[in-house]
Amino acid sequence: MSKSNFTRRGMLKTSAVAGGALAMPTIFDGSVWADGHTGFLNAPTGDTVTLGFNVPQSGPYADEGADELRAYELAVEHLNGGGDGGMMSTFSSKALQGNGILGKKVEYVTGDTQTKSDAARASAKSMIEKDGAIMITGGSSSGVAVAVQALCQEAGVIFMAGLTHSNDTTGKDKKANGFRHFFNSYMSGAALAPVLAANYGTDRKAYHLTADYNWGYTTEEAVRSSTEALGWETVNAVKTPLTQTDFSSYIAPVLQSGADVLVLNHYGGNMVNSLTNAVQFGLRDKLVNDKNFEIVVPLYSRLMAKGAGANVKGIFGSTNWHWSLTDEGSQAFVKSFGTKYGFPPSQAAHTCYVQALLYADAVERAGSFNPCAVVEALEGFEFDGMGNGKTLYRADDHQCFKDVLVVKGKENPTSEFDLLEIVEVTPVDQVTYAPDHPQMRDGNGNAVAVGTCNPGA
Amino acid sequence: MFGLNKKDFSLLLIVAGLLLFAPFLLNPFPEGSAMAQFNGGYPDLMQRLVIFGIFAVGFNILFGLTGYLSFGHAAFLGVGSYAAIWMMKLLTMNVVPAIIMAVIFAGLFALVVGYISLRRSGIYFSILTLAFAQMSYALAYSVLTPITGGETGLQPKLADPRLLDGASDDGRIPQANLFGLDMGASYEMAVGPWLFTFNAGYYIAAAFMLLAFYIAIRIFRSPFGMMLRAIKSNQQRLNYTGLNARPYTLAAFVISGMYAGLAGGLLVAMDTQVGPERMFWTASGEVVLMTILGGAGTLIGPVLGAGVIKYMENIVSKINSTILHDWFAFLPDGIEDLLVTLIYPFVGKGWHLTLGIMFMLVVIFLPGGLVEGGQRIARLFGRGKKDEAAAETEAAKQQPPAE
Repeated sequence: MSKSNFTRRGMLKTSAVAGGALAMPTIFDGSVWADGHTGFLNAPTGDTVTLGFNVPQSGPYADEGADELRAYELAVEHLNGGGDGGMMSTFSSKALQGNGILGKKVEYVTGDTQTKSDAARASAKSMIEKDGAIMITGGSSSGVAVAVQALCQEAGVIFMAGLTHSNDTTGKDKKANGFRHFFNSYMSGAALAPVLAANYGTDRKAYHLTADYNWGYTTEEAVRSSTEALGWETVNAVKTPLTQTDFSSYIAPVLQSGADVLVLNHYGGNMVNSLTNAVQFGLRDKLVNDKNFEIVVPLYSRLMAKGAGANVKGIFGSTNWHWSLTDEGSQAFVKSFGTKYGFPPSQAAHTCYVQALLYADAVERAGSFNPCAVVEALEGFEFDGMGNGKTLYRADDHQCFKDVLVVKGKENPTSEFDLLEIVEVTPVDQVTYAPDHPQMRDGNGNAVAVGTCNPGA
Repeated sequence: MFGLNKKDFSLLLIVAGLLLFAPFLLNPFPEGSAMAQFNGGYPDLMQRLVIFGIFAVGFNILFGLTGYLSFGHAAFLGVGSYAAIWMMKLLTMNVVPAIIMAVIFAGLFALVVGYISLRRSGIYFSILTLAFAQMSYALAYSVLTPITGGETGLQPKLADPRLLDGASDDGRIPQANLFGLDMGASYEMAVGPWLFTFNAGYYIAAAFMLLAFYIAIRIFRSPFGMMLRAIKSNQQRLNYTGLNARPYTLAAFVISGMYAGLAGGLLVAMDTQVGPERMFWTASGEVVLMTILGGAGTLIGPVLGAGVIKYMENIVSKINSTILHDWFAFLPDGIEDLLVTLIYPFVGKGWHLTLGIMFMLVVIFLPGGLVEGGQRIARLFGRGKKDEAAAETEAAKQQPPAE
């Protein structure tokens, strides 16, 4: 007849408040806790396990979202033993067998974040509450990543961040249940500065145009502090509204300022427009302080490079991963992605694919889907063969530390995908920072701890 | 009863019944069946349906009664949310102060915006409210980042003072609660293959919904409501009788702003975070759609409209091609692929398309919104007064036709 299950931790409190008037929890007895397969939210009971892929399918980042989804579908195929296995063969950990995760076939649900934190949380919640997802992954904006990461922490599932570049995700907003493979603003700044100094000299005056929102601020701060450390001077930093499509009025003052480098802390359509405007104004042909005027774009993506077209030629920036990398892992991934979809993967696809594999591997190694066991397995985990060389999932902030690519817009692209060339692979030591680095602190300048894991139930 | 006539009271009872039994009504399909995809009876969606219902009911007090079309109501939702989260950060995770402050702050903000915007009417009024809402959005997104958290929004943090709560001992952020009753607490009842979830937060939101709906009925039936309708039908004539309409419209504006604030506060109570997108102009547009889709000027219409839109957003948008292939797997491959290709553009990321088509159909064929649809069906079957649909219809008939 009817059966009652108390599945949420809060229910215990409630029943205490209600004087135990409701009923007795039946599921929590010692023996079930012990075997590690129950006692946490959405513990997979059948022969399948459900993952939640929460990506932008509409809105400004829909292209990236579509690529992320392709990568996830590929990862699921590989985890279940289909396809050519992709990076599973090059991954240094050999725990994954191609028989799902812990012998359970991987199934997935998808949702549309609309690149809005409310919609992303609603979609993630429905995956957790309705579909029983044990892990949520994806996203293409730091606001969304921070919002969904906090939700997963509260609910008690693991969040494997997709594309999010702001320092905050593993800085002041870090959470025990959240993990990020993608690099961040600090790393972009630290990787770019030496290359810029080597190419443009240490005696430069920089002018920043910064998108007026959180990611813009952290990127400006990161690039400023690392270039200033090498002797550059920051002449001015101007905030530009996110909705701006024509940046001419912001670019005119750059020439009068005496600056000889323009740093565009812009992303997506903003960057495409501001870079196009800057090139159209002839900035790159100017000679200021007897030096060639230069433009820098801290964060590149292939989609942006495509949007800006010929304007990106010769312009430096950083990127998490690029399909032209020649290591074994990258080659294997590009091959299996290319075979399935007919074009090379973007960095968003790469980071999402890797995150899905890392999660599955952590579960295998932990021997349990329990989020706390997964956290333990991922913290301090070192791996290789996933495209960025040796990588560490640092325990203090759940941020991956790996080599960072400095890229340059290619002068003579051979195809529509061949827009960026790798200038330098910045070694991981140069981009590593202390967990309590000033850029990772909260508004009051206090260091934030990663906290304790939450298994939900 | 409660100062309502019989028809209104039965309408209130129907709403109470719908709210009470929503976990059953929204979960009609057994777990594990292919149709379970359409189940909406999980806590988050139920909470959202109710909260946006409150938002739409409040919006309708302004739009349905006075005819003033505000394009900026999401701003009040946002102000309420930010006020609520700050109460949680500063005072306590108990939702009571949060909700009270949300209503107060939204009301005050509505007073300012209304005082200025109501100097104009028609499209100029709409544009003014839209401008205010977009200003609020821009402020929250970047300028006021220290207060609003900017793009990344605000959430409770371990380091928050929470003066009344005391420090958390286990390194976890306490959950939003009502005097210890956790908003996320749920009781799951398995009946055969069905699984029904009863969520504490949902029932608290539903109680507010019932209260809000009751107040709305009273406003609709009061002399004040009559005055608002007079403003809608002909403001000029009203002026000629020597009556100044502005205090009435301003009162209606502030009341609807407070409803929006209540909705915003409840959103935070159920899900403790705020992001600035909540105030984006599309969010204001959404409540207009909800009201018109359901039937502007009717009592139950906005609630229905809110339900339909939130349901589509959360359920239809999650149907991906894999699920479609699962559904039609029993068909021969060619037909399966054809069906999936035909349906796919309308579900998943294409849910806006379905919503748009539905909206068009409703506006073209049922100008009175879904309520008019209900009326027509009721008329078709000629049901008696005791029937649910008829009672709604009767109540709706007393309203002026929608614009």
